[in-house]
Amino acid sequence: MMMHIDVSSVLRQTLSCELYSNLVTRPTGAAVRTQIEALLADARERSLTVIDFSHVGMIDFSCADEVVAKLLLRYVAAERDSREAYFLFRGVTDDHWDAIEAVLERHGLALVMETGDGARIVGMVNEGERSAWEKVLELGRAGAADVATALGTRADDCARLLEGLHRRRLLMRLGDGYVAVGGMDELHA
Amino acid sequence: MTSVITVPPSLDEHSFEQVVDQLQGVAPDARLLVDARHTRWASPYGLTALLALGQTREERPTLAVPEFDDTASYWARTAFFQHADGLFDLRGTVPKVKGGETTVLLEITPVVGSEDVHEVVGRIQQKAQQILQRELRIDAKATVGFAMTLSEICQNIVEHAGRGGWVGVQAYTYKKRPPFRRVVVIAVCDAGLGFRQSLESAPGRVRNDRWDDAAALEEAVIRGVSRFRDPGRGQGLAGVRRYIGRWDGKVSVRSGTARIAIVPPWDDDVPLLEKLAPFPGSQVQVTIPERVTGALR
Repeated sequence: MMMHIDVSSVLRQTLSCELYSNLVTRPTGAAVRTQIEALLADARERSLTVIDFSHVGMIDFSCADEVVAKLLLRYVAAERDSREAYFLFRGVTDDHWDAIEAVLERHGLALVMETGDGARIVGMVNEGERSAWEKVLELGRAGAADVATALGTRADDCARLLEGLHRRRLLMRLGDGYVAVGGMDELHA
Repeated sequence: MTSVITVPPSLDEHSFEQVVDQLQGVAPDARLLVDARHTRWASPYGLTALLALGQTREERPTLAVPEFDDTASYWARTAFFQHADGLFDLRGTVPKVKGGETTVLLEITPVVGSEDVHEVVGRIQQKAQQILQRELRIDAKATVGFAMTLSEICQNIVEHAGRGGWVGVQAYTYKKRPPFRRVVVIAVCDAGLGFRQSLESAPGRVRNDRWDDAAALEEAVIRGVSRFRDPGRGQGLAGVRRYIGRWDGKVSVRSGTARIAIVPPWDDDVPLLEKLAPFPGSQVQVTIPERVTGALR
């Protein structure tokens, strides 16, 4: 199941006001996140949601903490929950990035961002994780052995990396392989 | 008997201390005359702090307005009198607001709730872009950070002050130390709880012997500590610090009896002042200077 959430529309509904296009203040962020979570509540066991910032003017740190960090924290490694929620962030510009980067750092989080050049992993990931994620994106669908061969690393090390990225909801597990969030256009999540 | 407080000729974050000093020993319910007749200039900090002073009084004080036409007209253009009217009995001639060129980027605006922050951020964006690029020669990218900074400081009132405050933004020429340069200044003042009391309200907080206003400011401003246990809290001021660091700016925060500042090379302020005369709430000033090519001066 794939959903698209236009954050600016959610913001306008939340504030009941057409005038504001900025994601500022913590209460606003909390209200927007609650709305997004309500939209996700109907999702099936596994879902991919595009969080679209294209029409958001700016976002401040407090709002980024509520809308981005807390949203991710709720679903990252949510093993108690049978549902797997994945997110792809679209329309994030330099105007949003400072605040989003700061909250990702603060909480040790990472996300997948859609850019003009395709999907990109950003935030708190080490080089090994980044390489592994990028290789999975490049291969389309891959198991630990495929990625290890492509990167010239040990298969068991690679398996741990991929499992870690899956727990962080940056890779989706399909059968005995993985698909990168943002690299699954042809797949039905 | 009425106590008279004389407002200095030039009212800014430093000279406002003279006002606070004069308030010592004056009971909150005493009759008070704030005499600004001979004041020639005031920064947004000075004006918003004067409003905060009015907020602290139990007996409605009197404010003698500046006698100089230019000064009074300027104060009117900042919307100072519009808000002062609700706090003080105004004595003297209050000029009507005239149009024309102004260096006021954001008129003095009350901040009480979250919606006020939206309003302030929405109003500042266009003007800030113009002024930051044209006058301060700062990259257009700085505009968003400027609005974020404004938003986060205003939110401190909403989240921590326990009562409303005011924000004002203005561009002017910094003349404290050569070379003179254009600056944009954000001032946000309230007479609410202040940092120490806000942090003390954190559940389970243990006080120690070194705990005072200065320690509270160091925790909040330097270490990003918040009264909320939520690990995402405290990022606002950290973001402000990062922004001013990037653009060679300055931030100072006064609360209770202490004042902390992050001081750039072009200014000669002191990083920490303690044992000031007490004043309630929090008073914050952020200064972004004109970009000077070459070495920092």
